[in-house]
Amino acid sequence: MTTESSTPKINAGLANAQTRKRLNLRNEEISMQVRDLSLYYGKDQALKSINMDIPNKRVTAFIGPSGCGKSTLLRCFNRMNDLIDICRIEGEIKIDGEDIYHPSVDVPELRRKVGMVFQKPNPFPKSIYENIAYGLRLQGVKNRRKLDEVVEHSLKRAALWDEVKDRLNDNAFGLSGGQQQRLVIARAIAIEPEVILLDEPCSALDPISTAKVEELIIDLKESYTIVIVTHNMQQAARVSDFTAYMYLGELIEYDDTAKLFTNPAKKATEDYITGRYG
Amino acid sequence: MEKYFDQHISRQFNQELENLRRDVMKMGGMAEEMVMDAMRALLDGNVELARSVISADDQVNQMEKDIDELAMEILARRQPTASDLRLVMAIVKTLNDLERVGDEAEKIAKIAIEMADMDRPRNNYYELESMAEHVRSMLRDALDGFARMVPEIAVTLYRADEKVDDEYEAILRQYYTYLAEEPRQTTRIINAIWIARALERIGDHAKNIGEHVFYLVEGQDVRHIPADQKEQVVLGPRKSDS
Repeated sequence: MTTESSTPKINAGLANAQTRKRLNLRNEEISMQVRDLSLYYGKDQALKSINMDIPNKRVTAFIGPSGCGKSTLLRCFNRMNDLIDICRIEGEIKIDGEDIYHPSVDVPELRRKVGMVFQKPNPFPKSIYENIAYGLRLQGVKNRRKLDEVVEHSLKRAALWDEVKDRLNDNAFGLSGGQQQRLVIARAIAIEPEVILLDEPCSALDPISTAKVEELIIDLKESYTIVIVTHNMQQAARVSDFTAYMYLGELIEYDDTAKLFTNPAKKATEDYITGRYG
Repeated sequence: MEKYFDQHISRQFNQELENLRRDVMKMGGMAEEMVMDAMRALLDGNVELARSVISADDQVNQMEKDIDELAMEILARRQPTASDLRLVMAIVKTLNDLERVGDEAEKIAKIAIEMADMDRPRNNYYELESMAEHVRSMLRDALDGFARMVPEIAVTLYRADEKVDDEYEAILRQYYTYLAEEPRQTTRIINAIWIARALERIGDHAKNIGEHVFYLVEGQDVRHIPADQKEQVVLGPRKSDS
C-alpha cells in the first residue's frame, strides 16, 4: 500500500504533487505587519487587537459578515481612517519594517505606495489618458513620451489597452462599469505602488467583468502585494492565496485559502463559509 | 457532527444534503443485501434468488447515476465549502465503492447459478460463508460509520480488511491444494476462487468507505499511507477532539 517507487515517472508525479503543497505564512516574505491593532470609532471598538502578517506579492483576502471590521482594517493600511474624526487607533502597522502611524510619516507618500480601489469605480471626469497620467502629472512628470509610455504600460497591465487604445481621449465615463474598474486599477498601477488594496472591487460588476478583474488580480500579484475585501466568498476562494476570516472586529482564522475553504480549523469559520447559523 | 448538516440558513440546502445522505444509505443497504442474497443463493443452490441479485444490480447502477447527478447539482448550485464540500466529495466516492460492491455481488450471483447444479463439497463452502460473514459485517460497519460519522471506523475497517485479506490467502492456499488433488473438480474450485476474490474486493470497498468517512469528518486523507501512520493519524489527537 505504500507509494514508494523508484520509477522515474512516478517520482516525477510525486515531485509535481509537492509543488501543490499548501502555503505557509512562515515561508513567506512579509510585506505588512499588523501588531495589536485596535481601532475605535468614538467609544465603539471596531478592531480588537489584530495581529497578522500580509505576505509580499500574494493575494490576501479578508472575509466576514457586514460590520466585522474587514474594510476598516483594509483602510488602516493606507491611513484612510485618518479622514474620520472620531477614529482612534492603537497598536501598529509596519510596511517594510516602518511604522506607518509614526508622526514623521508622509501620508500622501504612503498612499502612493499603498494604492486603493473602491467598490464603485471612481474615474475622474477626464479622458481615459488623463485618468492614468494624473498621478504622474501630480508628481511633476511633464515629458509627453514618458507619460505615453506609462499610460500604455498601465492600461496593458490592467488588461484594458486593447479595448481603449483607439479612444484614449474619450471621457472615462463612457466606459462600462467593468472597464471603469480596470481603468481605476490602471490608474493605481501607474504610480508604481507596492501594495494594492481592493475594497469589494467587483460587487458592482457583471460576471464577465468580474472574471476579467479577477484575472487581472492574479496577474498583478507578480508585481504587487494585494489585499482584497470581498463579500463574495467564492471570489476569495478563486483569487486569493491567503484568507482571513473576521468576526465582530476580531481575526478569527487566517490561513492558506485552500485549507480554509476545505478544512477550516475553527467552527466559527466553518459556520460562516458554509452558511450556517453561528 | 451527525446533526451538523441540518444547520444551514438555507433550509432547502439542508434538505438537499439530507436527501443525498439518505439515498447513499439506501444504496448501501441494497448493496449489502445483494451480497447476502448472492451468498445465500450459492449456499442453497437457489437460482431464483441469484437472478434477483442480478436484476438488483441494475437498480444499484441506476441509483449511482441518480445520486451522482444530485451531487453534481449541489456542486453547481450551492458551491459547498468545508464540511459540506467534503460531504459531497465523500458521498461521490462512497457511491463508486458501493456500486462496485453491487458488481461483485452480481459476479457471485452469476457463479452461484453456474454452481447450482454442480456437486457440493461436504462442508458446503463453509470457508466462503465465513469470509462472507466477515465482509458483510465490514460493510455494515462502514455504512453505520457513515451514517453516524464516526471517524475511527477507518481504523476498525482497515484492521478488519487485513484479517479478510489473510482469510483470502488461506482460502487460496486451500483451493490450490484441492486443485492438485482433485483435477476433476477444477471448474468448481476455480469458481470458488472467483467468489473468494469477489468477497476480498468487497472488503476493500468497505475499507475505502471508512477512509471516506474519516476524510469527511476530519478533512484528512488517509488513503494510501502505511498502516502505522494511518493508525497514528486516525487514533491520534484530532480536530474533533479540540
